[in-house]
Amino acid sequence: MTHGRAERTVSVRGMSRVEGEGSLRVQVVDGRVEDVPLEIFEPPRYFEALLAGRRYSEAPDITARICGICPVAYQMSACNAMEDAAGVVVDRPIRALRRLLYCGEWIQSHSLHVYLLHAPDFLGFNDAVELAEHDRGAVERGLGLKRTGNLLMETVGGRAVHPVNVCVGGFYKAPSPEAVAALAEPLARAREAALATVEWVSGFDFPDVEGDYRLVALHDPDVYAIEGGSAIRSSDGLDVSPADFEGLLDEEHVMRSTALHARLRGRGHYLTGPLARYALNGAQLPAIAKEAASAAGLGPVCTNPFRSIVVRSVELVAACDEALRLVAEYEPPQPPATPVPGTASVGVGVTEAPRGLLLQRYEVGQDGLIRTARIVPPTSQNQLSIEDDLRATATATLSAPDAELTLRCEQAVRNHDPCISCAAHFLDVTVERR
Amino acid sequence: MSARPTLAVWKFASCDGCQLSLLDCEDEFLALAGAVDISHFTEMSRASVDGPYDISLVEGSITTGADVDRIHEVRAMSRRLITIGACATAGGIQALRNYAAGDYPPVVYAHPEYLDSLATSTPISAHVNVDYELQGCPIDRRQLLEVLVAELAGRRPVVPGHSVCVECKQRSTVCVLVRGGTPCLGPVTRAGCGALCPSVERGCFGCFGPADTHNAASLSRRILELGATRADAGRLFRTFNAGAAAFEHAADALGNGGAR
Repeated sequence: MTHGRAERTVSVRGMSRVEGEGSLRVQVVDGRVEDVPLEIFEPPRYFEALLAGRRYSEAPDITARICGICPVAYQMSACNAMEDAAGVVVDRPIRALRRLLYCGEWIQSHSLHVYLLHAPDFLGFNDAVELAEHDRGAVERGLGLKRTGNLLMETVGGRAVHPVNVCVGGFYKAPSPEAVAALAEPLARAREAALATVEWVSGFDFPDVEGDYRLVALHDPDVYAIEGGSAIRSSDGLDVSPADFEGLLDEEHVMRSTALHARLRGRGHYLTGPLARYALNGAQLPAIAKEAASAAGLGPVCTNPFRSIVVRSVELVAACDEALRLVAEYEPPQPPATPVPGTASVGVGVTEAPRGLLLQRYEVGQDGLIRTARIVPPTSQNQLSIEDDLRATATATLSAPDAELTLRCEQAVRNHDPCISCAAHFLDVTVERR
Repeated sequence: MSARPTLAVWKFASCDGCQLSLLDCEDEFLALAGAVDISHFTEMSRASVDGPYDISLVEGSITTGADVDRIHEVRAMSRRLITIGACATAGGIQALRNYAAGDYPPVVYAHPEYLDSLATSTPISAHVNVDYELQGCPIDRRQLLEVLVAELAGRRPVVPGHSVCVECKQRSTVCVLVRGGTPCLGPVTRAGCGALCPSVERGCFGCFGPADTHNAASLSRRILELGATRADAGRLFRTFNAGAAAFEHAADALGNGGAR
């Protein structure tokens, strides 16, 4: 301990309303924010190790189990990687059906985050149950949106958590045109609810702050990139293929509790997720989402992390609208899957999980068994940017009482919808004992 | 103090999917929040009321020394302890480390010495007394509601122990194993999902763990007759419920499920 210095430590053990188990600590020495470690105490599950020796075709089902909130993201990145390894490009109707399924996950995950995890912060409630006591209609609207996302995942994927219908190359069975057509009505209602969501959250009170982020997102020239894309772009001019991006990724395992930190070689750390996608792919948003964004007062770029709830809501509109378009254009893919052989090769797959970029790389042997796996989830990429936000938030809120400082810092983390389960299961896990 | 029963939700090594099933009860969630006092559920709320609790739902397996201590604390605070999902009931996919020839941590971590990680992933019941185990990877949200309603009513939950085959018959799904020759764990796997995989023309892969009665040896024989290698057949048993005794023995008999 140092003497003669004014030390103040604010700790939040057991971060709430995030997926997974983490905590944060703000250390203030002599009126200066000294450190803001976001501590992750999720036990490691060693997915990259347990995948070695498994069949290439098992990767989607196994990696889904990394995260119950975004299993489709894991399945789709795994499929993209295995197809890249085999040099196979799936047929357009399969790609469209994947996008439809992925829209379901975005709707489910974004409505969960906006309504149940994030909004209570802005309205002064501990949780959505308290919020419902004051505004039951809002919570019911959120749960209704979430239900529609789940319905989409059940119709296309067979199950909302860990869908069963996804395979390398496509799907086991294409849903019937009748089953898909039946989604149009709930989706139209969901799109209305999503528009109401944008309006609702844009009226929240936001602190006046801007983050200085290096934004990184998957890019597709034709659509708002979700289930795939041709390039990965950054706000500072990066424009590379997924495979080249993978080659630029450094991950560091450090002693401090938040261990594996992703950085781009020659550039540094970066942020993925809604703020990055909106800034880099805003031109590809459907018209209705662009209109909602501008009505909500968003410019072409938003770097106020607290306003990520508005961007996420705009993405809800986009996902509902895209899903409606895909439902209207649906043709059952025939066959439901393009054959993908398991041959000795290396493949990289990238998609946009609701909370950010998700990359997987596999080396497959001649026997079709996985030799090595690399999985880089969104939260490990976002972690250093989240800590930057924490430092800025703590500095700006330093004069406030501990309770308010604590809440603001928690909010700074929740702004980025971190999925600690994802990040920790193969990344950074040490409990700092002191 | 509230007269309503208190509910706590706990997470160990897991993916969050089973506790998400609670929030996925969209139509019933607010009613549930009215029927019980959700006293500790960090994924949902900042507010946490200290124990003891009437009902604890536990997700995840035990994989660290700290979690061995924590599960004993949870048990001491809970009148009824219910485990939810394959991680909590069988050790989950992360229990593959229990059968691995090699050491896992160095494959993933530059500094394994920083980790507090046990060599095994074990179910909650290996550490403390469990009042009820709900199976599934993930659990089925209707079954979760049934278990909670039964707890509140003080009766036994109605959760089937028969195999997935019964559910295929109920929904008139043609047998993928008999007709299609597709390896399927349905005959030895507990019902509960609604026979989802055969309905999309793929074989069951055992999310709900072993049924109450099963003949895994016979099924293994049939899967080998269909042309699967011993390693492939073994891997089929060695996934999310690898640690469940019936599946563990079946995979062992096939030669360790191809583990490295």
